[in-house]
Order: sequence, then structure tokens, then C-alpha cells
Amino acid sequence: MAKEFIARGADLELKQIRKEFPGFVAIDNLDLHVPAGEFFALLGPSGCGKTTTLRLVAGLESPTKGKIFIGGKDVTDTKPHERPVNTVFQSYALFPHMSVLENVAFGLRQRKVDQPLVKAKEALNLVQLAHLADRKPQQLSGGQQQRVALARALVNRPSLLLLDEPLGALDLKLRREMQIELKAIQMEVGLTFLHVTHDQEEAMDMADTVAVMNLGHIEQMGAPEVLYDRPKTVFVSKFLGQSNLLVGDVTSTSANSISIEVAGNKISVPKDRAEKHTGKIAIGFRPEKAIFHTKKPAANSATNVIGAGEIIDIRFTGVSNQYLIEVPNLGNITVFAQNMGQSPVIELGEKVWISWAVEHSFGLSDLPANVEQA
Amino acid sequence: MAFAAFGSNNSSKPSKPTKTGKVVIALLAPGLAYLGAFFLTPLIALIMVSLQIPDPAGGYAEYVPALEIGNYGYVIAEYLPHILRSFGYALAATVLALLISYPLAYFIGVKARPWPMLQKLMLTLVIAPFFISFLLRTLAWKQLFSNESWIVTTLQDSGLLDQTQYVVGTPFMVIFGLTYNFIPFMTLPLYTSLERLDIRYLEAGSDLYASPAKVFRKVTLPLSMPGIISGTLLTFIPIAGDYVNASGEFLGSSSTAMIGNVIESNYLQINDYPSASALSVLLMGVILVLVSVYVRKSGTEDLL
Repeated sequence: MAKEFIARGADLELKQIRKEFPGFVAIDNLDLHVPAGEFFALLGPSGCGKTTTLRLVAGLESPTKGKIFIGGKDVTDTKPHERPVNTVFQSYALFPHMSVLENVAFGLRQRKVDQPLVKAKEALNLVQLAHLADRKPQQLSGGQQQRVALARALVNRPSLLLLDEPLGALDLKLRREMQIELKAIQMEVGLTFLHVTHDQEEAMDMADTVAVMNLGHIEQMGAPEVLYDRPKTVFVSKFLGQSNLLVGDVTSTSANSISIEVAGNKISVPKDRAEKHTGKIAIGFRPEKAIFHTKKPAANSATNVIGAGEIIDIRFTGVSNQYLIEVPNLGNITVFAQNMGQSPVIELGEKVWISWAVEHSFGLSDLPANVEQA
Repeated sequence: MAFAAFGSNNSSKPSKPTKTGKVVIALLAPGLAYLGAFFLTPLIALIMVSLQIPDPAGGYAEYVPALEIGNYGYVIAEYLPHILRSFGYALAATVLALLISYPLAYFIGVKARPWPMLQKLMLTLVIAPFFISFLLRTLAWKQLFSNESWIVTTLQDSGLLDQTQYVVGTPFMVIFGLTYNFIPFMTLPLYTSLERLDIRYLEAGSDLYASPAKVFRKVTLPLSMPGIISGTLLTFIPIAGDYVNASGEFLGSSSTAMIGNVIESNYLQINDYPSASALSVLLMGVILVLVSVYVRKSGTEDLL
């Protein structure tokens, strides 16, 4: 039995994990370290292996190769019920034949903790559902069930709490509320949270560290701001927010920046923000970092300029307008402009130049799929 | 809690006869008429026969209407061993069928889920015996366990049975036959219940520190309770009234006679219609009481 439970979270370490299913490899060569007490998000599209990773940590699957350590202890070969880990399942998986209170007390009873019902009631208080303790899970709304599932896991004070897209089934407004609540609870209890999600906003909003997963491996890992400001691969730049990517050969190198030439425009990126310094590279920038000019701006070593292009689409999203600009020989560029009532009114079909600060560029380690063969 | 079972409909206001009410009555009428003609009437007739007395002026097997409650006292005193034996055999066969069927149904409904073809094949195998008359199958068992069969001679030679001991005609043989004949009625309801069992509940159980045995006791078993209830009812009730397996012509002997055999011989051989009827009514009454206590105790209303 898992007796040595600790009050604070433990760290999690995955070493060289490989998981094969009949016919495909779900995870290959995965190394991951989640420090104790951290809110860690595994972010990726469906089928990227993130849920499999979570199930491996919970012990519901066993790895084909590799080792799993929780709090420094090798748990690779232990059964799920022997691991100091609890999961909030995507479907909640609340036992339909037990009351809400009994659901929450289940883990405590299995571990023979004193006064399971008193502690279960406290956990329900934490998620503000104590008044529904005697109901059956089926009588609760989706959001309430989600909280019960959270209480059922948290009450055990696991070293590591696993969250398998627990907010996926909730509507947007409730999801935002639960995100704030979940984050507050994590800060309060100080446990290690491993959160699996495909919602990049959710991951960036809640996590201390985000690992972006794709095709069974981790593309990039870091604080949300770092990942967003300085994506290293095409996948991360596109999955975490939107990006404009420009591809070209490096034509000149100065002391602290390199430049490429794209359709007659010189695009620069600081050396320390570029993964590759020679050959054909992709340089990107975020749509909200760019601004329009109706006249060609003067050349400047701190600013990248492209144009002229033609506005081919304008989408109003409330807080900002999203413009799509077609630049000859270069492709389509997206630019977001905040609706602050100060920017010039730009009409469809108008001719514009786009500029952004060189320090906002980022150089990627790979090239977009459509140019790789060129 | 107990009051809730009785008072669930009391809160609704008495409804006025409406157009929908008339339609409901019209739709119910054929069914009610059928039940009245073919269930209620024979039942009343049966109860009336059970109270008849021999015709004082008449001859053998002639009876006149009366209200002789004493018939029940007589059959209970006379056939108490048979009554107890019936319910004893029924209980044993039901428990055996449950013990055999549960792992089987669990395998087909849960473990074999990744292989639908295997599931279908196994289900077909469970039902396949029905394609042959159960009389033939029961006689086949009699042959297999007959006194000269190699099974019995082997058992005798190995010392498990005395040279003078046989299998056919023993309670073991009867319970064996009853279990065998009614296993599909246990397996199928269990299967339908387990087939819907969500594996994620089992995963949640083991995630919450329950060992596989605990997960089975705390999660799987309660969630498959509807299947267990209907399976045990579908086997226990017909077994308690069965008269084929226990009869001397099949697997039993006079020492294994069940209440069904007594009813049969009273009706068809001794022509003691009141006793046979009284036994039938008694059987029905006891089963009704047992079943309602059982269903109440097992708390099926919580599962619905």
C-alpha cells in the first residue's frame, strides 16, 4: 500500500519513455521533469500522446521502455493503487452507485484514513459543494461533477495530481471560472499538478511551465511567456497562438543579428533569438506585434518592413481587428490591431506596408512543411 | 426509507379522466382482458380447487367445492421435506450458476471487448444448447453419468465412490442438472449488465488506491447488481418449480423429489387435485415472499 504520503507535492521524472500500441508508437524517447509544487501543463493536439503520458504516470498503462520516478522513487513497475497519484478524469468517472460524499471518501477509506467522512466533507467544502454531499453524481451538473472529481482526487493529498482535460466538457464561461478556481486551489494546497490539455489558452493561463507535445515527443518546454515570445519550432509557433513565417536564405550577418532576403525585403532577427544562423531559415513574428503604414516607412536597422501588400480580409473580433494582407511573392500576413479608436481606419483592398521591431522576430530551427522540399 | 417504497405516487393529485386517459384505457384493454381470461381466472380456479373436499357421496377422485383451509395444513405436514428440498436445491443451483456464470459473463462482456467476433462467438455458444430440447440434453447427462459409464466406473476405481455408490439419483446429480439447464438464464442478464460496465470506473477505483480485489467488490459488483438480481430471479423461480431434473425418469430418484414432482404425481397419478392445487398456490406464495424480500434487501431501487 502507498503509505508514505507527503504533505507537499513531489517531483515527477520520466526517463527515455517509449510506449508502443499495436500498430503505432504513441510516445518515443520522452524525457520530462516536473519540479515539486509546480503547475505543469502538457499541451498538444489530440493524438500527440499527452493522455498516454498521463496514463503512464497514473499506472493505467505501462511503458514499453523507460522509467518513471515520483519523488525520486522508481514507480515504473508499481500498480496504479500503489502510486501516490490521483487523477481527475476527463469524463470524471464518478461512481454512479455512491453518493457524492462516498465518492470523495472512497480513496480515504481504501487507505484506512481516520474519519474519512469528515475529511471528505472538508474537501467538498473546498470546492463549495458540501450542500450536495448526499446527492448521486447523476443529479449534478457537469461543472458540479467536475468539482466532485477534483475533491475526490485532492482529498487524498497525492504527491502528484493528474488532470486529464478536466475542463473539456464545460462551456466557455464555466471553464474560465474553473480555471481560476483550480489555479487558486493548487496555490493553496501546494501539490504538483500535471495538467493535460489541447486548449493553449488554458495551458498558458494556468501553468507555471508548459510542455508542447507533438507526435509523441516534446517540441518545446518553458514558461508560457517564453514559449510565446520565442517559439523554437514551426509547430510551437503555430500551435501556441498565431505566427507569420517568412522563409529565406541568410544573406548577411552582423555582430548581433542575421538577415534573410524575402521578395526584396530584408528581414532581420537578433542572433540570440535565432535557432539557426546559416542556410535557409524561417523567421517569424506575432500578428499583434506588427503595425500598418499607409506610406512606406523609412528603412531602419531596428525595424523590419515588408510591403506593399493589399488587405484582402478584415475580421472583427471585438477587442481587435484581424487583417489579412496579401504581399506579392511572399504570401499572406496576418496582423492584429487593437480597437482602441486610435489606429487609422483601413479599408479592404487598401495598399499597406507592415513593420515590426527586429527584437520581436524569432528564428526557428525547422521550416514550414510546404517549403521544406523546395 | 421503507415508506418511500410505498408512498412514491401518493403526492400526485388524482387525475381527471381526460382524452389521453381514454386512449390509455383503450390501449390497455386487450392486455387486461387477456390477463383476466388466462391468468386471473385460472388462478382463482386453482385457489378454489385447493379448498375442495372429497365428495362424501362420490367415488375415487371426485371432489366438491368447499373452503377447506386444512388442505394447506395437510400438504405442509405431508410434503414439508419436498418443499424444503425444492428451495434448498434451487438455492444451491442458483448460487452455483452465479459462480460459474459471473466469470464467464465478465470475460465475454468486459475482457473480450477488443475482440467483438470472440464476444459474438462466445455468446452464441452460451445460447447454442437451446437449439436442442432440454429433455434430450438432460437425458444425455443421465447417460454420461449412468452406472455403467466410464465416468462412474473411473470414480469407483479411483476410490472416490464406493463400488455400491452411483451418481444418478443423488442430490448432486439433480443440482448438477438444474445448474446446467439454467446457466444461460444467469449468464445472459449478467452479460448485458457487465457489457455496459464503464472501464473508467474501474480505472478510477484503482487510481483511488483500491486493489483489484477491492475494485471488484466496491465498484464492479455493485454496478453489475441489476444483472445479478435478474439472473438469480430468472434461475431461482423456475428451478424451485422444476419437475424434470429431479424426477426418477431423468436425473433424480424418489429421494430427490421436489415440489414440482409432488404436484405432478398428485395431479396425474393420485388424482388428488386439492392437494396438488394447494401445493401450487403454496409454491407461488413462498416464491413471491422470498423474491420481494430479496429485491428489497438487495436495494435495487438505488441502482435504477
